[in-house]
Amino acid sequence: MLLSMQDISKAFSGVAALRSASLTIAEGEVMALVGQNGAGKSTLIKILTGAYQRDSGLIRFEGEDVVFSTPAQSQAKGIATIYQEINLAPQRSVAENIYLSREPKTRLGLLDRRAMREGAAAVLKTFNLDIDVDLPVVRFSAATRQMIAIARAVTQKARLVIMDEPTSSLDEREVSILFETIRTLKKNGVAVLFIGHRLDELYEICDRITIMRDGQTVAQSSMREMPKMELVRHMLGKELAAFEAIARDAGNDETKPVRLSVEGVGSGVRVRDVSLTVREGEISGIAGLLGAGRTETARIIFGVDRLEKGSISIDRKERSYTEPADAIADGIGLVSEDRKIDGIIPDMSIRENMTLALLPKLKKAGIVDRTRQQEIVARYIKALGVKCASPDQPIKELSGGNQQKVLLARWLCTDPRILIIDEPTRGIDIGAKAEILKLLRSLADEGLSVLMISSELEELLAAADRVTILSDGRSVAVLKRNELSETALLSAMAHQVN
Amino acid sequence: MTSMLKILSRPFVAKSSGDLARLGVIVALAGLILFGALRYDNFLSPFNILSFLRYNSMFALIALGMAFVIITGGIDLSVGGVAAMASVVAAYLSPYGWLPGLAGGMAAGLIAGSINGIIITRMRIQPFIATLAMMLAAYGTALLLANNQSVSVSYDTGFTTIGQDDFLGFPIPAWIAILAYVLGWVFLERHPAGRHVLAIGDGEATANLMGLKVEKTLFAVYALSGLLAGLAGVILASQFGAGQPTEGVGWELFAIASVVVGGTLLTGGSGSVGATLAGALLLAMVFNILNFENGLGWISLSAYWQSVIRGAFLLIVVVLQAKLMNKTEAN
Amino acid sequence: MTTIDTSAPTSRAARLNVAQFLGRYGTFSAFVLLLLFNVIVTPNFLSWQTLNVNLTQVATIVIVATGMTLVIATGGIDLSVGSLMAIAGAAAPMIFMGKLLPVDNTGILIILSFILPVLLVMAFGWFNGLLVTRFSIQPIVATLVLFIAGRGLAQVATNGNLQVFKNPDFQFIALGRIAGIPAQVIVMIIVAVLAHCLIRYTVIGRQIIAVGGNEKAARLTGIPVRRVKTFVYIVSGALAGIAGLIVVARNSASDANLVGLGMELDAIAAVAVGGSLLTGGKANILGTVLGAFVIQLVRYTLLANGVPDAAALIVKAGLIIVAVFIQQRAKA
Repeated sequence: MLLSMQDISKAFSGVAALRSASLTIAEGEVMALVGQNGAGKSTLIKILTGAYQRDSGLIRFEGEDVVFSTPAQSQAKGIATIYQEINLAPQRSVAENIYLSREPKTRLGLLDRRAMREGAAAVLKTFNLDIDVDLPVVRFSAATRQMIAIARAVTQKARLVIMDEPTSSLDEREVSILFETIRTLKKNGVAVLFIGHRLDELYEICDRITIMRDGQTVAQSSMREMPKMELVRHMLGKELAAFEAIARDAGNDETKPVRLSVEGVGSGVRVRDVSLTVREGEISGIAGLLGAGRTETARIIFGVDRLEKGSISIDRKERSYTEPADAIADGIGLVSEDRKIDGIIPDMSIRENMTLALLPKLKKAGIVDRTRQQEIVARYIKALGVKCASPDQPIKELSGGNQQKVLLARWLCTDPRILIIDEPTRGIDIGAKAEILKLLRSLADEGLSVLMISSELEELLAAADRVTILSDGRSVAVLKRNELSETALLSAMAHQVN
Repeated sequence: MTSMLKILSRPFVAKSSGDLARLGVIVALAGLILFGALRYDNFLSPFNILSFLRYNSMFALIALGMAFVIITGGIDLSVGGVAAMASVVAAYLSPYGWLPGLAGGMAAGLIAGSINGIIITRMRIQPFIATLAMMLAAYGTALLLANNQSVSVSYDTGFTTIGQDDFLGFPIPAWIAILAYVLGWVFLERHPAGRHVLAIGDGEATANLMGLKVEKTLFAVYALSGLLAGLAGVILASQFGAGQPTEGVGWELFAIASVVVGGTLLTGGSGSVGATLAGALLLAMVFNILNFENGLGWISLSAYWQSVIRGAFLLIVVVLQAKLMNKTEAN
Repeated sequence: MTTIDTSAPTSRAARLNVAQFLGRYGTFSAFVLLLLFNVIVTPNFLSWQTLNVNLTQVATIVIVATGMTLVIATGGIDLSVGSLMAIAGAAAPMIFMGKLLPVDNTGILIILSFILPVLLVMAFGWFNGLLVTRFSIQPIVATLVLFIAGRGLAQVATNGNLQVFKNPDFQFIALGRIAGIPAQVIVMIIVAVLAHCLIRYTVIGRQIIAVGGNEKAARLTGIPVRRVKTFVYIVSGALAGIAGLIVVARNSASDANLVGLGMELDAIAAVAVGGSLLTGGKANILGTVLGAFVIQLVRYTLLANGVPDAAALIVKAGLIIVAVFIQQRAKA
């Protein structure tokens, strides 16, 4: 074995991120590493590269026990990482990027530019890439940049190249070129750890697969012996029991008027062709693996990202927003996936975070109507069961579940027609999860249209009236309530529908 | 497969914003020289050229240090104050010989720059705050040392040679500036460490991951900027015969404007030593032309116009840079 | 990929608490210590005279620093305030001396000489905001343009000449007294109180904080981020204008070369010492007032005890670094 990580555990301020995870890679092998957000993949990799330190466990690389305390040490041992955001200096030339920090020098101590140029051209040639190595890397496409990064790894005599979602911003042609490169690496005995989500790609390029969930390694096998359905099941897990209490609406959902209709929407490479509908008073789910374009679709509807093609109508009127403010004025709310980055204003109080979107309607001559504000906040804290010391507590001090309730209340108090909610229960404990789903259900019963994006199968099964499945920026299937089942969802996500 | 690779490897952004700006500054400089030469009789006279170079060498030196700082994505607002402090130190040491004067002034600058570097890399304080404070401290030190007056230099030890005399028919300050720019060019374009400065400006996190010594390099860049400001202070004292604790106000802006006009992105990661020199010369030329214009008597543009014009230059360049940047990002 | 919460391990907690304590009460403690020190050491400290001197000197700093606090709260900075003071300070005498407008009525001229200069610099503030919001230029650079050109404009307009005047009506803003309190101190109090209320009670005030606290999230809640940012630069311009009027009125002369020189530093220092984070998301107006007082008092203490003004500069520099450092630590 080239690399063997055994029983790796890691906790951050008492919260376990890895629980006895394992990973082994043989020389010249392409190993797939998959898992949902928060499964522990990136923590495992950061421990391997020395960015984080493990709490316990054993790492052996090339037959010896190793402890890397900085990324530089793991690099020196022959572990190179190609990050999602490719880690090259964009304005420096191709040759410089390949040699940065290990430049060939002349006797005067200056750059040996000829050696750099020739060396860079030679190593790129082994990947069938014939480019002007004096141009800055920013001028090349993502695929070419990735190959430059790989070439850098090769000149560093890397034995293991870690690729973090390398195909996420590539088109099909570029992917095939990248795979050609990976095969070349393999031929030279270099191992690759391939982190990705597109199942077809994994089956095409990887030899073996390691699946992680909740900080643990839940499966490890050869790629050929892992059927797609099995793979998806391992990734998504199962906690259905907790949600059984959520009652589904009994009415006939197909007769309700359509509130939101999205037709053939596209923007950039992430969203290519998405269509979906949300009816009045229903919860419409969006499912799909990571990188399928779910969050991006929500951002387009909400006016954060530009609509490049297709159309969006609300109550049968065509709408297209350039700013979230316009969408909000039309009665739409968006609870974002990443609470920290797109949701909370950490230092502001619960009261203020909750009423931020409502503020323009809360003013009397420009001044915030504090009495009404307090009334509303008190009402929602009670209705949603937010556990806090006082409404004036900074939101950053709350638990994830309570923060989520505040953000939910932020939109509910604006009395929206449509609520888009991206990963409603991300980072929330199981009890609070059921509570939030029940809440969404009762809101829908009162007439609210909910568009719920979720990676969690059981969540969709428990709460959604209809689920649209996205894959690679396209809506590939719609499952109505009577068609919804674990098998149906899994097979749709595993691309076995069409 | 091969043809596919050909398509892929073709650059998809046509021009870099830096190249355009660098071309622009050289065209503008040439245009301004041509304008001056055609319009005024003595514009290309040896006297005008030499005194122009003698006086503006100080600013060129400071702009060079600033260029390195800005390439890393930082800023050094302390250069004017540091130059003033160095001029006072140099004046005090000038009776002991030209070398102690020169070395003392440069050492004062180096120390100030090093303190900037420590505050920025160790205490992690934003460069503009750290160097703003250093600007205050340097002026304070200069005034304290000089007792709020200018300090006469010694005329007996050859110290004044540095700023006032010629060598091979060319002002010594200009030689110093030329030497500094040549070294600066070699360093930035041909030395690994110079390329590391550029790479750090391209993104500190990435540079770290690629194994560069980010903190050390940043420290060195601020120390260098201080050193060059110190050198400018020595020339100041030597040229005007006195250490001047209140001089240097607004020098940092002149330097920043020169660097930016020279096409260096304020966001870091790109920049050129040669274009910085062109930028400094261009801005200095504006002032020179104003002088001539007033001499003609057609209009009487006060010297105050120069800061307005500098501001306007800065505005145009910064807006153009921003537009180009946004366009590249959109791609 | 997942972002993982890497909170500080517990061993650092003790040190952080010290920083947090200093971050919260450091300025106030410094203020009290300075007062005590002066009461004991500085002769004649407890006199109306001393209070008067300190209050009038601090007034313009507080006014400008208040605007700066708002700008910094959005995560920006305004380096142009000193130059804008010079512009307003140059414009006002030209107006009331009748050089600019064909109006004969002196009463109207006086009123216009208060209003027009402030409107003028508000337009410049709007220009700063435009550069920051429409062109996405970093605030330091965007306001650097007017920092350079603004003073030049004032110098060009006055030809660099000193404008000397004696006009009690206009100068009331600096030399007048209401109930024995200097008018400029009253202006200072009004400005600070209004700004405090703006931040605490108004919609735009809370939006300013939200923009500085998390701009992305603010946009997603429908806050007009560009409008909010432009607003703070206009306010900062207006307050710099008022401060410029006070300075020239106090000096009975307007010198475009000197009015507001270095004011951006004093204002930023007051904000930093006053406990607002320079990275935005917090606007502590009372802290800024206190910060301005601390800076003024440090300077006064040093001067009154025979330490040269130059040394006060060095102390101020140290003060800024320490204040910013403590703020960052308290936040971390």
